[in-house]
Amino acid sequence: MFLKPVLAWPLGGALLALAFVSAILLVKPIGVSTQFVIADAAVWDVINPDIITPDENAKSGYSSPNAYLNKSGGKYAANAANPFNYSFVFVLAMMGGAFLSALLKGDKPQSPSEKTMPAVWRERFGENAALRYGVSFLAGFIVLYGARLAGGCTSGHMMSGMMQTALSGYIFALGAFAAALPVAIIVFNKKG
Amino acid sequence: MELTLAIVLGALFGFALNRAGATNPQNIINMLRLNDTSLMKAILFAIGLSSLFLFGGLALGFIDPAHVSIKSAYLGVFIGGLLLGLGFALAGYCPGTGLAAAATGRKDALFFVIGGLIGAFAFTLSYGWLAEHSSFLFDKIAGGDVSLAATGNEKYKALIPVSGTLIGIVQGIAFIAIAYLIPTHILNKK
Repeated sequence: MFLKPVLAWPLGGALLALAFVSAILLVKPIGVSTQFVIADAAVWDVINPDIITPDENAKSGYSSPNAYLNKSGGKYAANAANPFNYSFVFVLAMMGGAFLSALLKGDKPQSPSEKTMPAVWRERFGENAALRYGVSFLAGFIVLYGARLAGGCTSGHMMSGMMQTALSGYIFALGAFAAALPVAIIVFNKKG
Repeated sequence: MELTLAIVLGALFGFALNRAGATNPQNIINMLRLNDTSLMKAILFAIGLSSLFLFGGLALGFIDPAHVSIKSAYLGVFIGGLLLGLGFALAGYCPGTGLAAAATGRKDALFFVIGGLIGAFAFTLSYGWLAEHSSFLFDKIAGGDVSLAATGNEKYKALIPVSGTLIGIVQGIAFIAIAYLIPTHILNKK
């Protein structure tokens, strides 16, 4: 039953719920976007070792001259100094799980063209791969800048947040859909 | 032990995202342009079901309230949500699904992830300036770390002063009902 490429929505939703409930039962709510910062900071620290330094006065044991990494007692600095922590490994394993699912007849691009862009994009903007890659890159920039300003993304704010009835989760979902629905409708729906 | 859990739970989440169709940008864009809301139904159903199990589990003592973690509410949450929504609609990816989609061989997702790493870095560099010159972005709303329902975790205040279990269950049923009631095809029917 779980080997269909994409499940009917009640089953897909139930499987997602299993992941979100298991995570909060065993450890803590799921979140992803912070780990983009941790990956950046780990690389930054390799290039410039002064960016994260052990500091016994900091709550996390690490501090940084960068205000964001130094926030909350140097929490991000500490995680970037030891990237093999729960949250970072969780995100790597998430990629592994998606890869495994794709191998087991899950959803994956069926043609070289679909590897480049989804059909809905091709119908609207044509086969130009550079355009699709350029817009995807820019969209990634905006999405992660926004997610860090918001303090979370679709996983952490919208799903984990709303399931816990967090006020921030509803505010985030309101903002995300207030932008996403009109933009998708204007950009992708055929006129007339 | 913690890393074993990270691997098992992360892999389960990635598997679920793929099986729910969330790693395919076609499904995300079709959901957002209201052409096929199946994925939105799956997400609403997942949130509703999760609320039922979470608040049921908290009430019955299966789930430790210390595992509850409520993020702060401030104006930047809304503005960041708008920005995320804009990119989400253009690319058909969000941070988690972009990474997962790249792992299934989608090249546009790889460009999304690289853009994301640079966007996250841009925020890391600009945070200090924003916190100093645009501090209104970070002013807390209604106390910040608050939920509608009481979770039993003393760190977070509940906005509605009745049984948290009741609110959690009502919200769970409401989300599941909405998942069933939203029409699958709203715009551009084929």
